[in-house]
Amino acid sequence: MKDYLLIMISAIFINNVIFARFLGLCPYLGVSKKFSTAWGMGMAVTFVMTVSTAITFPLNRYILLPFHIEYMRTVMFILVIASLVQIVEIVLKKTSPSLHRSLGIYLPLITTNCAILGMALLAIKGEYSFFEAVFFAFSSALGFTLAILIFSGIRERLDFANVPENFKNVPIALITAALLAMSFMGFAGLVK
Amino acid sequence: MWKEFKKGIIKENPVLSALLGLCPTLAVTTTVKNGIGMGLATIFVLIGSNAVISLLARHIPSKVRIPSYIVIIATFVTIVDLLVQAFSPELNKSLGIFIPLIVVNCIVLGRAEAFAGRNRFLPSIMDALGMGLGFTLALFLLSSIREILGNGTFLGFHVLGNIPPILVFILPPGAFISLGFIIAAVSFLSAKRRNG
Repeated sequence: MKDYLLIMISAIFINNVIFARFLGLCPYLGVSKKFSTAWGMGMAVTFVMTVSTAITFPLNRYILLPFHIEYMRTVMFILVIASLVQIVEIVLKKTSPSLHRSLGIYLPLITTNCAILGMALLAIKGEYSFFEAVFFAFSSALGFTLAILIFSGIRERLDFANVPENFKNVPIALITAALLAMSFMGFAGLVK
Repeated sequence: MWKEFKKGIIKENPVLSALLGLCPTLAVTTTVKNGIGMGLATIFVLIGSNAVISLLARHIPSKVRIPSYIVIIATFVTIVDLLVQAFSPELNKSLGIFIPLIVVNCIVLGRAEAFAGRNRFLPSIMDALGMGLGFTLALFLLSSIREILGNGTFLGFHVLGNIPPILVFILPPGAFISLGFIIAAVSFLSAKRRNG
């Protein structure tokens, strides 16, 4: 139980996907202008990241490693993730149209979200057991959601701020992200 | 031909004006060496994928073109990954998972879809070279700033003398701040140019 708690705290606060690992920055900057879209993106990422790690992790352990074809990893993982996103979209459309409406537009974007592939690769490198790996991916996705929610809250207020002409939009967003990253560095001492 | 090459370097720079490929840009630019290494790896993938895609585009049905492009790109990424592992284990260690992650670098898929898929072989290669160099230039700029300010060195040589380095610049927040200021400077310069 202690292990799981450590994985969770470290993935959310200390090694946050955005602020420490630099994964998934495109959606982080792209869909964080409004709180509600940020929430949708966070949910979609959480769902896909957890499921994709749950599939890629056993694939690596029971197919790639026994047959010594580790060099196929990149090709295989990206195909699994791309088709998974497609399947999730089709299933959601049939079974839960309301959820599809709220997540739908974010799903295609997720295929090129490097956080998903990155997390699948990191879960393998980390020498986790299956459940730990899935839990690690889930916690990291929560970290992503936390980061994008805080960021979108700030950006909604930035709209009313008096920002120098050349810093409008992206530059000020990046500097805001820098300040957030600094505050997240304060967590660094929590877990050794 | 020259036009295709030139546009990616300044005018349509993938990082500074289109904001693509931000993850590797921010993550690997702690030292100039890493930045250039990442840039070269991406140039190789871009040229390879643009070349193959421009040759095959007419034979790929348009409905499955994105997955096909991704497989072609992933193949070249695997080649680069293996080459870097074999010839520069040090670089492989410092770039880490960001080499396999070139697959999901929006620049590569973006060029395949926007240019290589509808142009001929030679222009596609020039386009890849230009965009790759533009990407490398952006990485070089960002990593120079971060290495000089954050570590007091440039390509490993001490340049700041007795001035103490500002550690935060090689830490994650420094990456965001530096890129924010670079993009603000680019927007200032292009506004100035427009107004004469």
